[in-house]
Amino acid sequence: MNLLRTACLLAKKDLYSELKTKQVLLTQIIFAALVIVVFSFAFDPANNTTKAVIPGAVWVIIVFAGILGLNRSFISEQRNDTIQGLLVAPMEAASIYLGKFLANFMMILVVELISIPFLFLLFDFKFNGSLLYFIVVIFLGSFGFIAIGTFLAALSANSKSSEMLLPLLLFPITTPILIGVVQATRIILTNMEKFSSALAWIQLVTAYDVIFFVVCFLLIDYVLEV
Amino acid sequence: MSMNLERENAALPESQLTGTRGIHVSKILFGATVISMLVSFYFIFIYAAEEKTMHAAQKIFYFHVSSAWLAFMAFFVTFVFSILFLIKRKRIYDMYAYVSAEIGVVFTIIVLTTGPIWARSAWNTWWVWEPRLITTLILFFIYVAYIMIRQMDGVWDKKARLAAVFGIIGFADVPIVFFAIRWWQTKFHPIVFGNGPSQQGGGMEDSMLVALLLTITAFTILYAYLLYKGVSFEKMRIKVEQYKEKLREKMEQ
Repeated sequence: MNLLRTACLLAKKDLYSELKTKQVLLTQIIFAALVIVVFSFAFDPANNTTKAVIPGAVWVIIVFAGILGLNRSFISEQRNDTIQGLLVAPMEAASIYLGKFLANFMMILVVELISIPFLFLLFDFKFNGSLLYFIVVIFLGSFGFIAIGTFLAALSANSKSSEMLLPLLLFPITTPILIGVVQATRIILTNMEKFSSALAWIQLVTAYDVIFFVVCFLLIDYVLEV
Repeated sequence: MSMNLERENAALPESQLTGTRGIHVSKILFGATVISMLVSFYFIFIYAAEEKTMHAAQKIFYFHVSSAWLAFMAFFVTFVFSILFLIKRKRIYDMYAYVSAEIGVVFTIIVLTTGPIWARSAWNTWWVWEPRLITTLILFFIYVAYIMIRQMDGVWDKKARLAAVFGIIGFADVPIVFFAIRWWQTKFHPIVFGNGPSQQGGGMEDSMLVALLLTITAFTILYAYLLYKGVSFEKMRIKVEQYKEKLREKMEQ
């Protein structure tokens, strides 16, 4: 229980400092809006076939906006060497990971809450799937992506060029999750008859989430060593 | 001398570095590689029956499959030595993991180049988005990222630790990637190209099978040789660093 309490404390600290500066969150939201604008150049919004790329677009936005936040989460601890302070503090490495994960997860949820309705609005996308399942898929996908992303951000923060290293590490590892959530989102948004295979994809993503959350939890001790 | 350099170089006791035994092992492995390669060439090009529709182009199959086998084995060795390193923290385990990953990446590149050459004559297309192919591509990217971690600056034990963690995560990811892609492809597209390497296995002629097994053995010996050589290179590199450091200390005095 102590692990969870310190993690919440750390997440609270991160979110407070984010609320003060609003640096990362604002950047993420503006970036998401820019991606939507670029999408409107790439795929004509007036064209009906564009509806087919919306499920993919949702995840492109989440992935790229998420990377921005993940990059900052451990780099921001380096300026005054506060990461050293966290490491020598009387708490486990796992709770640092959990705290950072919670903060990143909250932030990406806020970004999604703002950018996805915006995407639907600007592309005039008629939502006729199941909203509940759509939210479940978004939640599970973001959970897995941020869980492994926070872990790899902690890993790549040791490098001087961590902004460049993180995407290279993160994208290959998260391929199963990206395939799963894009397929599930597509079925839920456009083709509800095939719902059973969407459920299968949701199960795959959930299994991935569980496996990698546990693996990250076990291995984080080796990444965050003094 | 800075603390980092001290840690960097105080890795291996010097007596461990070279020995006459090492040279023998290297020579034996080299000889075994040459002989087994020549034997497998004979079996591939002369002994094995020629494929009916693809003719000589099918010969690349032996190298393709053997390279794929070698790459997967190399990544497995990296995985095992990564775990060993995290438990025992000995530099030698880290070297084996690193060299093995490098060899694996080289042979994945060979697989990814011989694959399209063969696919062009067999399937009449360079690339198919098919589970095995995509998995190999993703595998390649994962281990390129592994090598990128090794290129970080810092003391060796930090790099080794982080790379070992990534080696474990990356290897654990591979089966999931494969199943996700297979599922994706079979659910939404029928498999048009059913004549992939392993699905053909049942119908393979005996002479071909013999040639394939011999080539795989030859590649395994080649892998052992490359691994041994690579590790001795790494050891030499450390030794040179140690000598440099000694010289520097002398000049400072």
